[in-house]
Amino acid sequence: MNAEFFGLHGLGWLQLLQLAGHFALLSLLAVGGAITSASEMQRYLVVEHGWIDPLQFNTSIAIAQAAPGPNILFVALLGWSAAGPLGMVATMAGIMLPSSAITLLVGRLRHARRDALAVQAFSVGLAPLTIGLLLATGWVLALPLAAHPLSMLLVPATIVFILKTERSPLWMIAVGAAVGALGGA
Amino acid sequence: MSVIPDDPGTVALAEPELHAPRSKTELFVAFTWLALQGFGGVLAVSQRELVERLRWLNKEQFIELLSLSQVLPGPNIVNLSLMFGDRHFGWRGALVAVGGMLAAPLVIVLALAALYAQFSAVPQVAGALRGMGAVASGLILGTAFKLVPTLKRNPMGVWPSAAIGLACALALGWLRWPLVWVVLVLGASGFAWAWHRLSAQRSLTR
Repeated sequence: MNAEFFGLHGLGWLQLLQLAGHFALLSLLAVGGAITSASEMQRYLVVEHGWIDPLQFNTSIAIAQAAPGPNILFVALLGWSAAGPLGMVATMAGIMLPSSAITLLVGRLRHARRDALAVQAFSVGLAPLTIGLLLATGWVLALPLAAHPLSMLLVPATIVFILKTERSPLWMIAVGAAVGALGGA
Repeated sequence: MSVIPDDPGTVALAEPELHAPRSKTELFVAFTWLALQGFGGVLAVSQRELVERLRWLNKEQFIELLSLSQVLPGPNIVNLSLMFGDRHFGWRGALVAVGGMLAAPLVIVLALAALYAQFSAVPQVAGALRGMGAVASGLILGTAFKLVPTLKRNPMGVWPSAAIGLACALALGWLRWPLVWVVLVLGASGFAWAWHRLSAQRSLTR
């Protein structure tokens, strides 16, 4: 942790604003979660501006996924890698504020008119889609594990665990970490 | 802003065992605990905590909130926290729920990032990360399977609901079609069919 770790990494205020502005734009486009716009973030930060290198980018996503909490925090790491703490504030404010404002507005509207036919048709019609999205996400996350049979076995084991027991998922996470560590690379 | 949430009254009639957060502190603590259990994503844990343990939502309400969170821009779990907090304690509740969801994990993620450089070459660390990734994927799939029975009660009917869910999973997971188009096309179909069925039901009861 040197001065550079906390510094602006040579970015000016104008560039910070630019950074926040670009992430604000992505916030409005990020339907289905911020990870869907990760490829565009990579293009902007790595290719167009060279503010972080490709390895830093991948590591940020891997760390945020391994750590507890919402995966959106990879955006905080990207901001920090690009321009220190202020960079983190810029990317997080950018990615959070516009979509949050819309969500609150739509959420209230929907709740106020919850008996309207359109609102009910929306909930009823989109419920199966939501389950399909979860299935697809789980599937896509499992795909890269195909080369590791031991890891692959953990997937069905976890499904049984969540369906048949009442225990906290933390137990299964610990099992996964232990199996992965002992199984080696 | 009224501190009393405006829907638990009607909810309590249908499902007497449902509860609500009693204070913003309880809301903050619950969302922090929820986030801290969420390795590889918080969705699976939020179903377990909000629906099964705390009973702040039933399965249908959870899907409803999640559906809206998914079609709106922004991170799903953040959107879900915002709307849940807002419904119980207004915009302050929204801030508290999202704050609980993000604050503690942010500190952990930053600490991990600072540590990572020193340990990334150790094969056991890479293996442990992969094992946790496998469990994260299983947790999401298990949560999806757990919500499948709600389709039996869906007013669209079991088969149309199952068809939409399966089409969505295949289009996104197997064919890797762009999310926006899949959501637009299947979402519009579901909406239209649900509209048709619901309005038929309404004219029957009238």
